[in-house]
Order: sequence, then C-alpha cells, then structure tokens
Amino acid sequence: MNDQAERPVYMDHAATTCMKPEVLAAMAPYFSEHFGNPSSLYRFSRGSREGVEGARGEVAKALGAKPEEVFFTAGGTESDNWAIKGVAAAAKKKGGHIVTSAIEHHAVLHTCEWLAKQGFSVTYLPVDGYGRVDPGDVESAITDRTVLVSVMTANNEIGTVQPIGEIGRIAHDHGVLFHTDAVQAIGAVPIDVAAMEIDLLSLSGHKFYGPKGTGALYIRQGTRIESLIHGGGQERGRRAGTENVPGIVGLGRAIEVATADIEGHNRRIAAMRDRLIRGVLDTIPDTRLNGHPVERLANNANFSFRYVEGESILLLLDAHGICASTGSACSSGSPEPSHVLLATGLTPEEAHGSLRLTLGDANTADDIDYVLRLLPEAIGRLRRISPLTPAEKRVQEAD
Amino acid sequence: MYTEKVIAEFTNPEYVGEIADADGVGEVENPGCGDIMRISLKVEGDRIVDARFKTFGCAAAIASSSMATRMIRGMTLSEAWDLSNADVVDALGGLPEPKVHCSLLARDAIRAAINDYRTRRGLPPLEAGPSGCCEGTKPDNG
Repeated sequence: MNDQAERPVYMDHAATTCMKPEVLAAMAPYFSEHFGNPSSLYRFSRGSREGVEGARGEVAKALGAKPEEVFFTAGGTESDNWAIKGVAAAAKKKGGHIVTSAIEHHAVLHTCEWLAKQGFSVTYLPVDGYGRVDPGDVESAITDRTVLVSVMTANNEIGTVQPIGEIGRIAHDHGVLFHTDAVQAIGAVPIDVAAMEIDLLSLSGHKFYGPKGTGALYIRQGTRIESLIHGGGQERGRRAGTENVPGIVGLGRAIEVATADIEGHNRRIAAMRDRLIRGVLDTIPDTRLNGHPVERLANNANFSFRYVEGESILLLLDAHGICASTGSACSSGSPEPSHVLLATGLTPEEAHGSLRLTLGDANTADDIDYVLRLLPEAIGRLRRISPLTPAEKRVQEAD
Repeated sequence: MYTEKVIAEFTNPEYVGEIADADGVGEVENPGCGDIMRISLKVEGDRIVDARFKTFGCAAAIASSSMATRMIRGMTLSEAWDLSNADVVDALGGLPEPKVHCSLLARDAIRAAINDYRTRRGLPPLEAGPSGCCEGTKPDNG
C-alpha cells in the first residue's frame, strides 16, 4: 500500500474542526479595530461590547434560551467544571449526591471524582450495548439527597445520542437540576432547552467550526449555582476575566452557521457516513460497529476490528494522510482502553482494536472511497502480523 | 511522536511470521496493556539463523519486535539472551517514555524462546530475572 498517492483526508471532526472562513472573517475586526475592553465606559469600547452581546444572542437563539442565560467560558471543559462544581457548591446544604453516566467525557467524570474526594457521593449509571442510558435508571438513582443529574447529549467516542428530553423530565419530576454536556451535539442535534427540560448545558466553539478556547454554559434563570472563576464583574458577575472578544464573536458566528440547517447538514453527512459504515462492514470480516445503529450522531462511525490494535491502524492510515482516532490505551498513554467502549460491554481486546472516523463539512464522496480502499489493506496488514488472527483468516486476508 | 526509524520499522517489518520447524518459540503478554508477542527461532550450533515474530500491539510494540528479530539473527544464544531493551530502543532511535515498556516485551519474548529451545533439549531454563514488561509499574523499593 506504499505506492499509492497520499491525499489528506481529515476524519477526526469529533476532536476538532477547521474554522470556517466566515467565522474567521467575523472575528478579524475584533483583533484590531474593536480591541476595546467591553467593560470600559468610553464610547470606543461599544464595538467590542456589541460583538459579545451579538454572539450571546446567537447562542441563545440556537438553544431556545434567553441571552441573559448564556455565559461565555474558555471551552467545554470549563463549562462542565462550572456546571457541576457550581451546582454542588450551591446545593451543599441540601445534600451531596450527583447522578451521571459511565460514558461521560473526562471533563465530567474527573470533576465528579474530585467532588467525591470532597465528600459528595456520585452514581455512575450503566449504559446498554449501544451506549444508551436507560431513563428508568436515572429515576431509580435519584434520592432525596440528589442535587444534579448530568448526562451528555451525545457521546464523543461512539456518537450515541441520549434520550435527553426524557431524562430532563425525570430530573424535574424529582426537583433535581439537569445538566447536559452538549459539546458534540451542537449543529447535529436540535436543542430546545425548554422542551428538553435542561437547566445547564455545556458547549465548545471549536467542535462546530468555531475557534478553540471558546465555550459557553447555559444556565436557566433562577438556577442556584456558585461561580468557578472569581475576579472582576464580567458575565454579570458570574464568570470573571476579560472577555475573549474575538473568540466569543467567532463562537457566535459559528453557532449561527452550524444551526441554520441541522437537518440538511445531517442528511448530507449521514449519507456519506452510512456508505462508509456499510463499506467497512461488508469488506472487513470480524468487524463490529460500536454505538447505536440509529440513535447516533450523523458524522460518527466507530468500529472494532478484531485481532489488531487501534494505534497501529491509526498510524498506517496516517501514513496515507488519513486522520482518525482510537479508543485504544496505547494511543492515550493510559493503561486502560476507552472507558466508553468498556462500558458498552466490549472486551479490552475489542476496545483496543477500535477506530473512530468522524466526518465533517469538507469531506467528500472521494474521501469515503479513499478510506474504503485503504482501511481494508491496513487491517489486513496488521492481521497478518498479529498472533491473535486465526490461521484461516490470515489465508483469507493474504494478498 | 515516533522517530522515523520506528515508523519505518513499523510500516515495513521484515521478519514477520512463524517458522514451521522452529527450534524454540516464546510468547509473552503484557498484562497491563494487552500487547502479545510471539517469537520463533531457528538455531544452528549455538547461533540463531532465523527469527520471526508476530505481534498484537501498538506501533512501538511492532517496531520493537521487528527490530529485535533483526538484531538477534546471527547472534549466539547467549548474545541474544543478553540483548537489552535499551539496545532495541537505541536501534530505533528512541521511544517516547510511555512506550518504552513495549520494547521490554521483545526482550522477554526472546528469552522465552531461548528457554523453550533449552527445555526441548533437556537443558535447564535460564533464570529470566524480573519480568521486563512490568518494570515500569513496580514499586520503587521493589
């Protein structure tokens, strides 16, 4: 496979996205002409203040929220930390129990683990083989000491979309706040914080073609939450620090573009994604699709290839210009493979042999063809090296 | 994060496979990360004339296996026994720190294959010493 021409194919959009030209163009004036501090009183700063408030309006519109319920942060991780630690701190008197799922992002899981060290108790709900949380489990986990339910809108590794509306309703039936990490969902899952009964929602700009280092936390009006970052009076006294004005403006423009036609976008991306999934499952034996067959993000394909290890697959693809990711431990430097894949019941070997391909706006039918040509070769190559591959499969794979 | 040598060795490993009439076979597994390596040897006199490997693992594990088999071909059994993982890592131009344990697997597999050769000939196995693949996780006082 070394003689084939290399072509760059970026299929790791769950990791990050390329900023859109219109986003960059919207940001540009806020690095130069509108450089004023939004907190300053003179007229000159009005431009940057209006930029920030315009972006707040766009985020609010995308979520079905009010602008004053949107608070800008430095990203999804800060938003998750703020939502969980902030609610926990504000509700300490009531009790200290948090309900979350086993497949949350580490920004949620490690925050909950830290709170557990501070004396909070945490229930990690299991998921089924497709990575779905059972809303019934949420209901049974809630006690009179529960202060927060936090379940992600869609999973970053396997793309499984959770029954968020149902979980929100159950939390509210019990008078418990509901937070959702929607970092992977913006622009892919239509959000309505009222209908979905969401009290807090985390999002991150660079996952939907906006700038890195930008994010927001939606906080429903009246929600009791402490601040995470203390200092000046920015963000109505709840999130200190001079605003990242160009970044906020970029996030605003990006969310406007990303949510303008979610259905059309999903249709186009899912058509390519489905061809990729069918092609891979049809041509590579002993392969499974991880995640839900239907309730999954339109851009997500996640496979486990038996007998081989994910980092090796990733590097063979990289040699041909294909950017992908894996839940194998060997790529992360941690001793354990993906907690998400293990939670869905995969064996460590299956989790090690996982590969995630996440499509984006710039991908084309040619990209799918290219991956469908190179991936079977890469897997075949590694299976010939692997002592786990049964002899009869090796004959089958040999070229 | 990998050197060009590692990538080259990983992408084009030379001595992949199994020797049908091997004189010694060693298979080791890293219980931590799940990597598995099997190495088979053909021995004439006390010299290794052929060495082949099969590895389930990351690029570092495959590259180390490939480099190690390349290095022990032509060595005496005692030279091969003394091959250290540092020799393999040096030959690869270095490995990232979290990946160094992958090279220990190759050394352990070679030693297992040599002991298999010895056992088949009624010789006592050599003392393998501490299992290489877990050195990184041993307590400091161990």
